Amino acid sequence: MPAFLRNEKIRGILYQIITITLFVGFLFYIAQNTAHNIEQRGIKTGFAFLHATAGFDITESPIPFTPQSTHWDVFKVGLLNTLIVSFWGIVLSSLIGLLIGVWRLSGNWLINRIAAAYIETFRNIPVLLQILFWYNVVLATLPAARHSINFFDAVFINNRGFFMPELVFGPGSWLIGAALFMAVVAIYLLSRWAKKRQEETGEQFPVFVTGLVLLVLLPLLAYLVAGRPVTAVYPELHGFNFRGGKTFTPEFLALLFALSIYTATFIGEAIRSGIEAVPKGQKEAATSLGLSPMQQLRLVVLPQAVRIAIPSIINQYLNLIKNSSLAAAIGYPELVTIFAGTSLNQTGQALEILLITMLTYLLISLIVSLILNWFNAKMKIKER
Amino acid sequence: MAVYSPKPAKEPPLLERGPIAWVRHNLLSSPFNIVFTILGIAILYMIIPPFVKWAILDAHFVGSSKADCGGDGACWIFVREKLNMFFFGFYPHAELWRPKTVIAVILALGAFAKFVPGLHRLKLALIVAYPVFAYLLLHGGHFGLPLVETSKWGGLLLTLVIATVGIVLSFPLGILLALGRQSKLPIIKSLSVFYIEFVRGVPLITVLFMASVVLPLFFPEGINFDKLVRALIGITLFEAAYVAENIRSGFQAIPKGQYEAADALGLGYWQKMALVILPQAIKVTIPNLVGTFISLFKDTSLVMIIGLFDLLAMVTVTANDRDWLGMDTEGYVFVAFVFWIFTFSMSMVSKRLEKKLNTDKGN
Repeated sequence: MPAFLRNEKIRGILYQIITITLFVGFLFYIAQNTAHNIEQRGIKTGFAFLHATAGFDITESPIPFTPQSTHWDVFKVGLLNTLIVSFWGIVLSSLIGLLIGVWRLSGNWLINRIAAAYIETFRNIPVLLQILFWYNVVLATLPAARHSINFFDAVFINNRGFFMPELVFGPGSWLIGAALFMAVVAIYLLSRWAKKRQEETGEQFPVFVTGLVLLVLLPLLAYLVAGRPVTAVYPELHGFNFRGGKTFTPEFLALLFALSIYTATFIGEAIRSGIEAVPKGQKEAATSLGLSPMQQLRLVVLPQAVRIAIPSIINQYLNLIKNSSLAAAIGYPELVTIFAGTSLNQTGQALEILLITMLTYLLISLIVSLILNWFNAKMKIKER
Repeated sequence: MAVYSPKPAKEPPLLERGPIAWVRHNLLSSPFNIVFTILGIAILYMIIPPFVKWAILDAHFVGSSKADCGGDGACWIFVREKLNMFFFGFYPHAELWRPKTVIAVILALGAFAKFVPGLHRLKLALIVAYPVFAYLLLHGGHFGLPLVETSKWGGLLLTLVIATVGIVLSFPLGILLALGRQSKLPIIKSLSVFYIEFVRGVPLITVLFMASVVLPLFFPEGINFDKLVRALIGITLFEAAYVAENIRSGFQAIPKGQYEAADALGLGYWQKMALVILPQAIKVTIPNLVGTFISLFKDTSLVMIIGLFDLLAMVTVTANDRDWLGMDTEGYVFVAFVFWIFTFSMSMVSKRLEKKLNTDKGN
């Protein structure tokens, strides 16, 4: 072996040159083959297709969409639907997860076991199977529209989805929003004042109750002052289906329920392990300080548990967003179903479309991990 | 002289011993707890009796056609009649002994490895030889065995093939990526980081689409990948990034002194990694690795979206049979149960391994 090869630095540079040559060579090989294959098959290239007419309709769209809309509109609708189902999925899975996590910690043996059984059951079944089960079995076997399950003539459940009253905001509704905003600001100021007062004088102020009253009372007052501008539109049966009100399609519901129930198992476990990670001595110390169980939880246990639990919960939210792409199996029109599915089949430009789709998910992941990093930095134990 | 004879201690009061005490402490310790217990009983009452009624009491076990099933109960006849479909997909009926042999051999190998001590070389050789043997037997086309194309493979067999190949291939690839990410060489490090973060940021389904639609474009005409191979490439490349992150978390648990000690012994980079760092890092991260492999096992069900007939896809196939229309419920419940058994036992194994490998505390 020549002497210069024994030098670690030179060897490192050599390794890297080899790697980069192989890598670039491989890329070049792929690019050449791809260019050749695309030409052979007569596939178009470039991103001009985004401005071409899509020519198909989308069953549910938060923004106006017609068959004359472009593939770029398809992308936007898909992304919006992904975000909508992810948002509600995050809300619902957090609620179920919190419930399950708390039950899992309960001293009541029965409730504890039920939560454990829930976690072990739904965590170990593929989420795609759960989506299909909700879609093909649970929601498909609901009664037909004429025999809907009826709640107070306002909410109807049948095999075409859930139908609920929709709130219509008339002129003057902004007052309510403004009142809500004012209430939030007032609560923030109040809690700051109360904390300061407690630190100075030791006197406590019932912030929670006052805040709740403010939060309800102010918007209610605004609602009355503005002359009751908010009305509800109720769904009504016309022929074979309901019209008016808010409709949730079976595709949306199946995806939402399956994702939430699946993700909730992981959130529940995260909450449990977060709380269990707080050393027992912390609780004992809090008890000997004379804090009530509720105060112990709020002031001692939760602040420490949150630091451990939140990062893995945020990761689960990210998984939920990525799993929403499984809608492709039941046809909920989100990004993968309509853009990487229908648009891809129509234009044949798989490379471009999949690249856009992947980069979109990557961007979402990036944003979520930025939030996570910000949280970790904020929550880091401040050592002197 | 009075002899002191100790009296036996009084037993605790009736309410504080035996099952009564257990019930009092665990179910009825406070008014709040009593409410919880009632709630729990209500939940169980809502779930268990209807399910037992459907799955066992009202269910049909005897017969051979849909006509033998009536009423509201489950029709397990369907599952029994379609069992070969669920387990082996469209694998030709006359050749079913081949997948069965493959499964029997792996079970025998497992028992051999577990119960016969020593013979490590032989065991290693058998483990390396097994995939070759399994492939030759399943695929056929040699030694007078009729060819069974991979498009005929299906059901649990396909799920297991994908999961096993995915796990076995993504593991070394993941180790390489993790080493790359730890490397001091900037180009190797940034390539690894880019790959890992890119793959972890996108859903598996987009990677599978990429593998099934775009991958053939990457190679010269005439090189045609089988659909199954494309799915395997997609799954392996995807899971390798997750394995890499698991291993990296293992690296982080290794004290710096271990690296320095290896350097002081004069070990080169590969020796240091293979003999000192990796064995410890992998041991630390085994629970995470098993978690990743459990997700991989569940994720194999996604291949049905790109048109392979795995265990989950068999539900749709069998329930669309004209003689058995509307049997989705039984199919899904059965398939969910099979998946559950595999994933649940994997997590049990992980717990056992964790205890066994924990050499720090006592035994």
